Amino acid sequence: MRTLILLWRLTLPSLLRVPMVPPSGGRRDPAPSVWSYRYQRLMLTPFYRRLFHVGLPAGLVTLIALLWLASADNRAALSARFEAWKDAVQDRPEFMVTKIEVTGADRALMAAIREVARLDLPLSSFDLDVDALRLRITDLTAVRSAQVRVNPGGTLEIAVAQRNPVAVWRYADGLRLIDAEGVMTGMIAERADRSDLPLIAGDGAKDAIDEALALFAAAAPIAPRVRGLVRMGERRWDMVLDNDLRILLPTEQPVQALERVIALHQAQELLDRDVAVVDMRLGDRPTVRLNPPALATLRAAAAAVATTAAAAPVFEDH
Amino acid sequence: MRPLYETQRLMRGIRRAALQRGVIAILDLGTSKTACLVLRFDGPQRSQPVDGVGPMAGQSQFKVIGHAVTRSRGVRYGEVDSMGETERAIRTAVQAAQKDAQVRVDHVIVCFSGARPESFGLFGEAEVEGATVDGWDIGRVLASCDAPDIGHGREVLHAQPVNWSLDHRSGLADPRGQVGQRLSSDLHLLAVDGAAIETLLLCLKRCDLECAGIASSAYVSGIASLVEDEQELGAVCIDMGGGTTGLSVFMRKHMVYADSVRMGGEHVTADISMGLQIPMAMAERIKTLYGGVVATGKDDRELIPIGGDTGDWEHDRRVVSRTELIGIMRPRVEEILEEVRARLDVAGFDKLPSQSIVLTGGGSLIPGLDGLAARILGRKVRLGRPLRVQGLPQAATGAAFSASVGLTLFAANPQDEWWDFEIPPDRQSARSFRRAVKWFKDNW
Repeated sequence: MRTLILLWRLTLPSLLRVPMVPPSGGRRDPAPSVWSYRYQRLMLTPFYRRLFHVGLPAGLVTLIALLWLASADNRAALSARFEAWKDAVQDRPEFMVTKIEVTGADRALMAAIREVARLDLPLSSFDLDVDALRLRITDLTAVRSAQVRVNPGGTLEIAVAQRNPVAVWRYADGLRLIDAEGVMTGMIAERADRSDLPLIAGDGAKDAIDEALALFAAAAPIAPRVRGLVRMGERRWDMVLDNDLRILLPTEQPVQALERVIALHQAQELLDRDVAVVDMRLGDRPTVRLNPPALATLRAAAAAVATTAAAAPVFEDH
Repeated sequence: MRPLYETQRLMRGIRRAALQRGVIAILDLGTSKTACLVLRFDGPQRSQPVDGVGPMAGQSQFKVIGHAVTRSRGVRYGEVDSMGETERAIRTAVQAAQKDAQVRVDHVIVCFSGARPESFGLFGEAEVEGATVDGWDIGRVLASCDAPDIGHGREVLHAQPVNWSLDHRSGLADPRGQVGQRLSSDLHLLAVDGAAIETLLLCLKRCDLECAGIASSAYVSGIASLVEDEQELGAVCIDMGGGTTGLSVFMRKHMVYADSVRMGGEHVTADISMGLQIPMAMAERIKTLYGGVVATGKDDRELIPIGGDTGDWEHDRRVVSRTELIGIMRPRVEEILEEVRARLDVAGFDKLPSQSIVLTGGGSLIPGLDGLAARILGRKVRLGRPLRVQGLPQAATGAAFSASVGLTLFAANPQDEWWDFEIPPDRQSARSFRRAVKWFKDNW
């Protein structure tokens, strides 16, 4: 070791240090040689100056970096290191989401949302795709719109605007709940589950939900007797009462037609009679179809009247 | 004379290009020192020419950004004596100045003092073609000057119109645009040895420099050290250099005469060296430290060690009194001044209206020189220092640098010379074409 130090002291400085004193005998010549003069002038030229001071070092660094990156192991090591560094930053407690808070949803919907937004918490907010989560929640039929944001403190807040069902739609696959915009919000097993909501049926019923709601509102005086509305030919409504009494409503202005029927009912108790169909499709000629027993009775009564009229003398015999 | 005319025009073009690039070097190639200054032209007045002498004599246009002085080698009597050595001196100076300025310089304006300058007075005369005098008329007047016999192998260094007269009005500074019939001009022509210029240009070329102008150092030191009224009223500038003593006579702001004496400060040094048996470097040292031309009683008691490294104790410890030194220097200085006096007498100095004399150059720093010069040359003698230019380092403000400073002024606003005017084409076709153009101008 000591020998090495001695060697170092003896050799290297003597190699590095330029002799400051010129060799004795000759004066030091201050004049530059032709090549050093040309070299200095070249180095003072702006282009070469920039090339040597900026271009070459930058190029050298780039070259070394490229050569190092040419090996796949180095690239993998670099990317792994970068990922580790990124994870270390992202997993800091300031960025972690620890709980989910759902607002504006009822219990069933809340359960559905928790099912959809199933995250293994705690989770870094960098790994959380809030937009996708919002889309998944909005895809739930019962959700009209949703806001998803990460609040400070590590809370993922999901604010939901829920769709409220206004009617039950009996469709081929069962009973659907639909809201005021005609969008299905869910399904129920039995009519009795949501007996508070009116029933509609028929193809295209959900497209005319506004009209149906207006008709139900107009039918308030006979509400206990109304069983539902049936859309006929995607064009007009039939109102079905108990006893299978149907009120055929016109395409145009069905509410007024219904109000006429209700007025007739209130004046003459039309609907309490043994009527099968009240046909309001032609506004200026409302028609009533009786049930067969009533028809028979009516016919019999009419015949009796006729025979009475024909046997007047007989009657006069009494 | 035509090739030189072309060369000088070419140099003028190079100078213009250099000024557009904004950086130019000036090189004062003297016998004892080579000075290089790098100038940058970006002053506020660069785009606004001013009439006559502007503020600060127009020198606020440029700034000295680099400065270097080195000992000259290979130059004798103001001429290149050994090209290799001269090149090395130029390279040293230019490289140090470039390093100081941190820019690369490609164009250089050079001045030198030797090559036996000789003045000629020329007279030219021509009819004015149009109604008023224009550049073509001036060119024809200058072309009509009868070329004097300047001798074999001589070249024209400066050819400056110093006086214009139109009809019977004389002393016009600028006849352009004036109305008259007959235009005549007095031209001052300075001829030097052509070989000296050629050698100098070759030296610059071998240093990768482009020559953008060449001037006589007597002329440029006159520009720098004569104040404006001296130039106007008439004065002589005596530039006491190392190898030569240049003299230039100024009158009405033009140089009207120039000459040089082939003796200078180096001869004084050589006399000391020979008289005291000491090396030249030591002689130069005691000349600058203790030199003088007027001895007083105190000087007997002032003993100067002159040293030596022979190893002989007695020889290496010699001393001389300052009186002895002055006794060696004074005859040589007197001889130089007598020679200058003789040249001035030849030039007709005694007919000059104002006979003021300005001593400048490194040799003028000898103490007591002004008294001696007043006794030999005349009463009105003063020591001149060059004008202050912007950015000039303190080390370069002395009288020894008057040629360098004058060269910066020469670079900034040069005097109109013969080659600045177009020589009118002699060909008939061009003349008739010009006449046709003139006819169109007059009639349309």
